[in-house]
Amino acid sequence: MSEFHEELDASGLNCPLPILRAKKTLAGMESGKVLRIVATDPGSVKDFEAFSKQTGNELLDSGEEGGKFVFRIQKA
Amino acid sequence: MEEKKLAIIATKGTLDWGYPPFILASTGAALGYETEIFFTFYGLQLLKKDLDLKVSPLGNPGMPMPMGMDKWFPTLLTALPGMEAMMTSMMKKKMASKGVASLEELRELSQEAEVRLIACQMTVDLFEMDTADFIDGVEYAGAARFFEFAGESDVCLYI
Repeated sequence: MSEFHEELDASGLNCPLPILRAKKTLAGMESGKVLRIVATDPGSVKDFEAFSKQTGNELLDSGEEGGKFVFRIQKA
Repeated sequence: MEEKKLAIIATKGTLDWGYPPFILASTGAALGYETEIFFTFYGLQLLKKDLDLKVSPLGNPGMPMPMGMDKWFPTLLTALPGMEAMMTSMMKKKMASKGVASLEELRELSQEAEVRLIACQMTVDLFEMDTADFIDGVEYAGAARFFEFAGESDVCLYI
């Protein structure tokens, strides 16, 4: 996991809150900037893939860190 | 890319059935769907400022109950006074502990995301409901208004 400009901690939140919070955070960011999201909801893995495909905000990478799910999304 | 449209009819007014319309509407809006929810009959309870929704174990054999009660607890006893209040309180605690949003929160997020909320005028008249009890930002209209939007929708759900 490399660089990012903003970070969203969605730990402990369940569907659909991680997606909704991510959408809101991205809305306040400039195009090209990268948002790092940390989540604990296992459903968020597929959800962020789907979110990325449908909104055009690219999912740069995703993985697990210390039992949490981590995503980097670049604002379109 | 033209914006996709999501049309939902919400017909139920219990705590459990209140979730799907607002989860799908808020998520749809986050994915770029222009979204409307048409509330009719018991679904109108979801528009009240003061949401006092309940969940009932009565006549609901699919509802998981604490301590494996759904396995041995006689169905008839789910009709006992106090059961509904108990199950509602347990459900709310469970949801909070699992990080599931409250209905109020999901409703606010939906409105923030410009989901349009439409109340069925006929139901309001039928049950003599006071629109002062409803949240702000609700539009009152009939079935034709629903079709105006639903007819052009990409996803249309009856909940």
